[in-house]
Amino acid sequence: MSDEHLDSAILVTLQEVMETEYPVLLDTFLLDSQERVLSLRRALASGDSEALRCAAHSFKGSCSNLGAVRLAELCFALEEMARDGRLEGAAGCVEGIEREFAIVGILFRAERQRFA
Amino acid sequence: MNTHYGLTILVAEDSPVDRMLLSTIVSRQGHRVLTAANGLEAVALFEQERPQLVLMDALMPVMDGFEAARAIKAMAGDELVPIIFLTSLSENEALVRCLEAGGDDFIAKPYNPIVLQAKIKALHRLRRLQATVLEQRDLIARRNQQLLDEQRAAKAIFDKVAHAGGLDIPNVRYRQSPRALFNGDLLLAAQAPAGQMFVLLGDFTGHGLPAAIGAMPLAETFYGMTAKGHASGDILRELNGKLKQILPVEMFCCVALLDIDFHRRVLRVWNGGLPDGYLIRADGSRIALRSRHLPLGVLAPAKFDGHCETYPLQDGDRLLLLSDGVVESRNARDELFGEQRLLEVLERSAPEQLFDRIEQALAAFHGQAQDDLSLVEVTIGEPPPRATPSLAAPFEPRALDWVAEFELRADSLRTANPLPLILQVLLQTQPLRPRAGAIYTVLAELYSNALEHGVLALDSAIKRDATGFAQYYELRRQRLADLRHGHIRLRLQVHGDEAGGCLRIGIRDSGAGFDVVRVLAEDYRPAGLGGRGLRLVRQLSDSLEHDGADGLIVEFRWGARA
Repeated sequence: MSDEHLDSAILVTLQEVMETEYPVLLDTFLLDSQERVLSLRRALASGDSEALRCAAHSFKGSCSNLGAVRLAELCFALEEMARDGRLEGAAGCVEGIEREFAIVGILFRAERQRFA
Repeated sequence: MNTHYGLTILVAEDSPVDRMLLSTIVSRQGHRVLTAANGLEAVALFEQERPQLVLMDALMPVMDGFEAARAIKAMAGDELVPIIFLTSLSENEALVRCLEAGGDDFIAKPYNPIVLQAKIKALHRLRRLQATVLEQRDLIARRNQQLLDEQRAAKAIFDKVAHAGGLDIPNVRYRQSPRALFNGDLLLAAQAPAGQMFVLLGDFTGHGLPAAIGAMPLAETFYGMTAKGHASGDILRELNGKLKQILPVEMFCCVALLDIDFHRRVLRVWNGGLPDGYLIRADGSRIALRSRHLPLGVLAPAKFDGHCETYPLQDGDRLLLLSDGVVESRNARDELFGEQRLLEVLERSAPEQLFDRIEQALAAFHGQAQDDLSLVEVTIGEPPPRATPSLAAPFEPRALDWVAEFELRADSLRTANPLPLILQVLLQTQPLRPRAGAIYTVLAELYSNALEHGVLALDSAIKRDATGFAQYYELRRQRLADLRHGHIRLRLQVHGDEAGGCLRIGIRDSGAGFDVVRVLAEDYRPAGLGGRGLRLVRQLSDSLEHDGADGLIVEFRWGARA
């Protein structure tokens, strides 16, 4: 597993805390994150910087909890842009988040297989 | 990871992943978890389940964490319900908003179970501390209320004992704070059967209930003994003995007692430990009524000296007593009011304005009314209206045909006052009770006449001026102390039937005798101090005559009872 995308120490802690619920947590993240990415897109399309900031902030929180460090960093960058109203770079940032989420998704599904 | 204490913890978080993770961590640590997906749900759950701690996300849909935190803190009231905000620590502005909404702590994502456990534990400890403080605060409040209730009850009882109508006399003016009882101040006034008035100002050492407790027996003894016609020396001795017996060693009572005889215009005063009182003449001149004794409750009965100083009184004289709260009161700058200020007021003021001036001076000194001082003023003029005798002997018909004779010899004359006892005997006769005051006054007159002019051979002519007056009473004290021979014979005869009856008092002494006829025939001298006694006897009784064998004979007669 690449530490560039996922923080393995956090994942170890999550396994300890969640025990048998660990795969459910991963599933929940994957499902919820699709929603979050969609709401990022919607906020970007409507040019609503406050909605974009909130969506990025919220997504950032669960990403960091699940150890998806790169994804959390991208969300933080987007949150900052939205807060400052710099929407010109935001579209590129959202695309970056979608790409990273695809990678994290593959890694988590692999992780999930190990506990199936 | 289980802990021995289990709390109910509310987790309010809109992200399902974070919510799931947090609830799992918290429940694995042994707590019961309630979850809410937004602020509104959180507030509703709090109201319903009253969790002891809240983990709150700041940004949530429907109602955000700040608003929910405020609502929860308001519902919790005095109880501490710690709220831990779930937020990244990177934004100061958001942290400030969390604190303003009542947040007690923060935790950042990613959640660290160890840090979270430590925070929950610390806040739980704080919770228990707060609960203990609240319990103790409530306990103190209850105890304080109880104390106030007890004080109120004690004061209510005391007011019944202490204000048995004694102070509602037109020529008495006083100022006493409602809290005076609990400052140890005590003001009592009573009219004796013979028409004298007793005014007692007392100041117990200490404050609060202990100071008030000694006041009860003091007041009861005072009223009991004045009503029975005891003399001031005997009253003081009894008060001292009683207080000595019941008060702890460190407690005593500073007292000034005024014994004012309006008929004979004589003041007897005893001051033990109170500041100077004053006799203020109509022309403004002053006599200080100094403390010459130890307070009551200090000396053993054998060592107690109840000797009073005696002063002649005139219309318009004023008597002023004050508690040490007056001279010892302090203002906001911690300055003492002091005796000097009081003396200046006394110097500057006309006698009739004195009372108001002292009050004004104290008010000006403090800038507000003081509640720890007592002040009383008695104006000498017409005798105050006589209070109804409160000697409630049970009503029983008595045999109305008896004679009693007393012979009081030197030892008795020196040490005892037979009049209260004699009055008690006479008041067993129902028809005499309405005239108790007059009978007592007459007995007192006859007795002191026989004692002073008969047995002690004192000449009332000495009493023509103030110096002579003091000399007279000093001479009386000396001769009485040296008395070895002599006697007074009292004969009481009561005879009555349904048609009416008569009390006949005969008095004779071992002295050389005096010309009653001449004394009675003399012109009335309003300014003089002698001769007035027998005239008073004649006015108050139904007949006064002189019989060579029996001495003076006085009669009180009554008609058929309705």
